[in-house]
Amino acid sequence: MAIRYDATIASEIINNFDTKPEMLVQILHAFVARYAFISDEAIRQIADELNLSRADVHGVVSFYHDFRTTQPGKRIIKICQAEACQAMGSRDLTEHAKKSLGINLNETTRDGETTLEAIYCLGNCACSPAVMIDDAVYGRVDKRRFDSLTATAGAK
Amino acid sequence: MGQQTTVYVPRETAAVSLGANEVAVKLAALENVDLIRNGSWGASWLEPMVEVEVDGTRIAYGPITPDDVESLVDTNFLQGADHPLRLGPTHEIPYLIDQDRWTFHRVGRIDPLSIDAYTAFGGFSGLKKALDAGPGAILNELRTSGLRGRGGAGFPTAIKWQTVAEASGEQKYIACNADEGDSGTFSDRMLMEGDPLSLIEGMLIAGLAVGADKGYVYLRSEYPLTRTIFIQALSLARKHGWLGQNIQGSDFSFEIDLHLGAGSYVCGEETAMLESLEGKAGLIRYKPPLPALEGLFGKPTVVNNVITLASVPGILALGGERYASYGPGRSKGTLAFQLAGNVKRGGLVEKAFGLTLRELIEDFGGGTASGRPLRAVQVGGPLGAYIPEADLDTPMDYEKFAEIGAMIGHGGIVIFDDTVNMATQARFAMEFCAVESCGKCTPCRIGSVRGVEVIDRIVANENREANLALLDDLCDTMVDGSLCAMGGMTPFPVQSAVKHFPTDFLSPDGENT
Repeated sequence: MAIRYDATIASEIINNFDTKPEMLVQILHAFVARYAFISDEAIRQIADELNLSRADVHGVVSFYHDFRTTQPGKRIIKICQAEACQAMGSRDLTEHAKKSLGINLNETTRDGETTLEAIYCLGNCACSPAVMIDDAVYGRVDKRRFDSLTATAGAK
Repeated sequence: MGQQTTVYVPRETAAVSLGANEVAVKLAALENVDLIRNGSWGASWLEPMVEVEVDGTRIAYGPITPDDVESLVDTNFLQGADHPLRLGPTHEIPYLIDQDRWTFHRVGRIDPLSIDAYTAFGGFSGLKKALDAGPGAILNELRTSGLRGRGGAGFPTAIKWQTVAEASGEQKYIACNADEGDSGTFSDRMLMEGDPLSLIEGMLIAGLAVGADKGYVYLRSEYPLTRTIFIQALSLARKHGWLGQNIQGSDFSFEIDLHLGAGSYVCGEETAMLESLEGKAGLIRYKPPLPALEGLFGKPTVVNNVITLASVPGILALGGERYASYGPGRSKGTLAFQLAGNVKRGGLVEKAFGLTLRELIEDFGGGTASGRPLRAVQVGGPLGAYIPEADLDTPMDYEKFAEIGAMIGHGGIVIFDDTVNMATQARFAMEFCAVESCGKCTPCRIGSVRGVEVIDRIVANENREANLALLDDLCDTMVDGSLCAMGGMTPFPVQSAVKHFPTDFLSPDGENT
């Protein structure tokens, strides 16, 4: 379920960072932690309160992979696409994941349960391929382990 | 109540990614067990590695999955009894004893969140000496050590610090780069999870040396467990008077803030990181001015990697000469190499510079995980050259690597077996650059996109020779014309792949025009 945007709470989040423009990246993280994405309302309010232009805030939001601007699924599965994981079959694993979930990278299943994303390195390169489900990292994920993880792990 | 037995289960990302938390929960439920969540010793292939302390000796078992716990308990492992997964005393595991542990000498050994354990193994003795000796003596010791930046560039740390120390201005900063984005690297993470206080101590010494009272750690968001542990370490240090006002009753005050990156690779470049720390998009800055003179918020700033800073306390405690006794030529000291990808015994190996790539991969790594022949090795992250089997006898040395057109970088070693297609890897290097380019300079922003297209045309056999020449030309433009290493070094993996593995660039039907 999407959490409804609340301007008072949004203000509190910004206040937690002393309403400092230099804390913008950290503020956006806090918004994602609460709302899972950065909405237009959020951009407007953050810009107002930090005394920045909306373009400034939008520029920062669109620069970083972490700041998505649409509602993701209840759980987010990220498959590492970097070299160490490639050497252990992450390309095949990614194809398997796409097929079994019926979506491409950066898409969400129609039931709104799962979003699939690419990630470049989880620092688990001695135990490749690596997958992250919400905030948990999993190592040596072959197709079978992926299937059992998607059946059990995450918000579902 | 019977006698308590100490059991160690790592709280470290690799171990946790393979079930260490579940193992820990099961073992903590046993009677008479004192569970310590240590860092990882670095033998990732043995994780989760459980240790039990028997008569003062730590006996290791691994890898222990949650399913193995029952049989472990049944065989009386609390007395160190035999078991198919028993590895023997930790201090006799060859992978570990053959290392030169300087920066990582406490990692795995101690509870990372215990000040007592930290000080019992030499922690804060470097800082104490630094407080007594003062800035000039700190810089001298550092100069003697020959320490160079471990983030990848290998710039002499003492020169950087001295520049900041001599810069004018009241406010100076220490900015620690923990944006460890190179694939195949995880030493920053292991250090911050396994011995976070050593990074804090290193930053304090840096602050003391250059006259800074404020530090920032810029940690990548892909490391959630590292973040949790480091936040705990910061509050522990504050509580015990190792951070904040008048540290340990001295007139030195220092505070550290932790900032999270947001999934951008280029923010590992020092000036992009500074922009990000200021809350902006991670566009790189022109240099000069150097960050040492005009860095964070325009103030003189030391920007150092985690491993650089965490190597400093030992240098102060044991002396720069001792550190410089490791390693050949101008590659002094040790580096925490990381064996990754298709490797049988992956993990962290801290060694003095000078051993060969082959020794690391074969003696420590045991060859490929798949058992197939090794074909290529990428050293130094996604901007590092692909090295063929024939060059594996190159010593790990900054200058020797430069001679073969490669770089050691942050010490990541990614191994590929003979199933790899090097045209695919070259294409990926360009594609990654296109995805991660900050967009400020044209050779990187546009060149990477064109690079993908040209490689596609080569593999599809369209005007093959002309397109190979075009790719070379494009790579030259990127190397010479890019503002930072992102565009400037992306050609290295590409051109090394073309040079050493030309047959991979033929079209699948093998026709050549």
